[in-house]
Amino acid sequence: MAEIRTLHDAVADLIHDGDTLAMEGFTHLIPYAAAHEVIRQSITDLTLVRMTPDVIYDQLIGAGLVRKLVFSWGGNPGVGSLHRFRDAVENGWPRPLELDEHSHAGMANRYVAGASRLPFAVLRGYRGSDLATRTDTVSTVLCPFTGEELAAVAALNPDVTVIHAQQADPDGNVQMWGLTGVQKEAVLAADRVLVTVEEIVDSLVPRPGGVVLPGWVIDAVAVVPGGAHPSYASGYSVRDNDFYQAWDPVSRDRETFGKWLEETVS
Amino acid sequence: MSAYTGDELMEVNAARALAGAKTCFVGIGLPSTAANLARATLNPGLVLIYESGTIGSKPTRLPLSIGDGELAETADAVVPVPEMFNYWLQGGRIDFGFLGAAQVDRFANINTTLVDRGPDRPAGRLPGAGGAPEIAANCRQVLMVLRHSPRNFVAKLDFVTTLGHGAGPQDRKRLGMRGAGPVAVITDLGILRPDPDTAELTLTDLHPGVSVEQIRQATGWKLRTAPEPRTTAPPTEAELTALRTLKSAGKQGR
Repeated sequence: MAEIRTLHDAVADLIHDGDTLAMEGFTHLIPYAAAHEVIRQSITDLTLVRMTPDVIYDQLIGAGLVRKLVFSWGGNPGVGSLHRFRDAVENGWPRPLELDEHSHAGMANRYVAGASRLPFAVLRGYRGSDLATRTDTVSTVLCPFTGEELAAVAALNPDVTVIHAQQADPDGNVQMWGLTGVQKEAVLAADRVLVTVEEIVDSLVPRPGGVVLPGWVIDAVAVVPGGAHPSYASGYSVRDNDFYQAWDPVSRDRETFGKWLEETVS
Repeated sequence: MSAYTGDELMEVNAARALAGAKTCFVGIGLPSTAANLARATLNPGLVLIYESGTIGSKPTRLPLSIGDGELAETADAVVPVPEMFNYWLQGGRIDFGFLGAAQVDRFANINTTLVDRGPDRPAGRLPGAGGAPEIAANCRQVLMVLRHSPRNFVAKLDFVTTLGHGAGPQDRKRLGMRGAGPVAVITDLGILRPDPDTAELTLTDLHPGVSVEQIRQATGWKLRTAPEPRTTAPPTEAELTALRTLKSAGKQGR
């Protein structure tokens, strides 16, 4: 059953050095505040999982906490490169970064397999792409009914998944709406789950397209208004596109990034 | 007629390629500009689909990301990401995929993963695949839009992220790809289309004022030219006005 906790205590108890950690949210509802708490607590040697690493993982990678990245698209959406990610991959700074790289369809299906507690998922994917030659989490399988060869992708089961949602009730039941991405799958695939929310309401009112996660699949809920900034929470905030554009010069230079980290997160 | 830039020529012609399309899976950047311009001009009923899960988005300004709030707020339906890729894309329901690229080769294969920068430097890292491999596999047809230069149009890709036509006309069939693959590559200089027999990209259209020689110079392989390449119609006032309105509204929204 979800406990309502402070962000500090929830992160300290649920996320450990060496964990495989998924912080999901497809452009919308990205759990930035929780990532910053991970940085403040210097939780390190992480394997980070996320379809679109986005600026949130650029920050964690630049902070030197990440050993490996499992992902499918590593850019600053609409702006350009993730410079901390590039520096780690190209120059090993501040530490080498191992990659397990996929397509979006492959990553989405890896979470589906994880949530289903199956060893793998099948899809028509990766055909003719060099991607499959560089990872041991893509293979092929023959359909037992038609004989067609299909791509098989290994299940993803993070130690911890962290997401941000709009609301929880006092029992820790959570509701999110708008773009809900792959969060339900990432939550149900994980061993431990932390949800940050904009607010706690007396009772959840069903929303069109809303996804409700019962409190008993969640370990901790922390109230963090604005916890998705510079991403956004539909109904509460809008995407801070200026921040995403301003991130480019901040992240381009190691020293400027270091200063940002010092002043903003620590 | 007001003056226009090479980028505007590219964007207007990319939008025109969506005449008659019902549904389009839209990549961010130039493809999104083209698809939104198509909706604002010649194809108001075009269903825009973004990989963040929005089906039938009707943004009034160009989104910065594929997950801007307006895409979801104006959509006919918003679906989870696994559903988008499995039911809608893999399910074969989408007419056109519209992709950008860092590198393209003569068979319209795409690299968005890494670029070789010589023996003394590590490979330059690009964002990676995103949705492209399965968009190119499963949409009925694929359009591509990118600027024309020898850096982008290369004899050999440094990495095949997304299969276009492989090494020739049989490869898609051999690999069991359901869609037709790339049917046009629209650039700031002209339009290349795969030869029906060889699948090799061939220059079929030049933009006004552009020479065949200029396009050959900007292409990293010996580019074949259709016997009588056409010249694209110059952008109309209506197209340019719509394009510039979308772009300035996009900037104001940021």
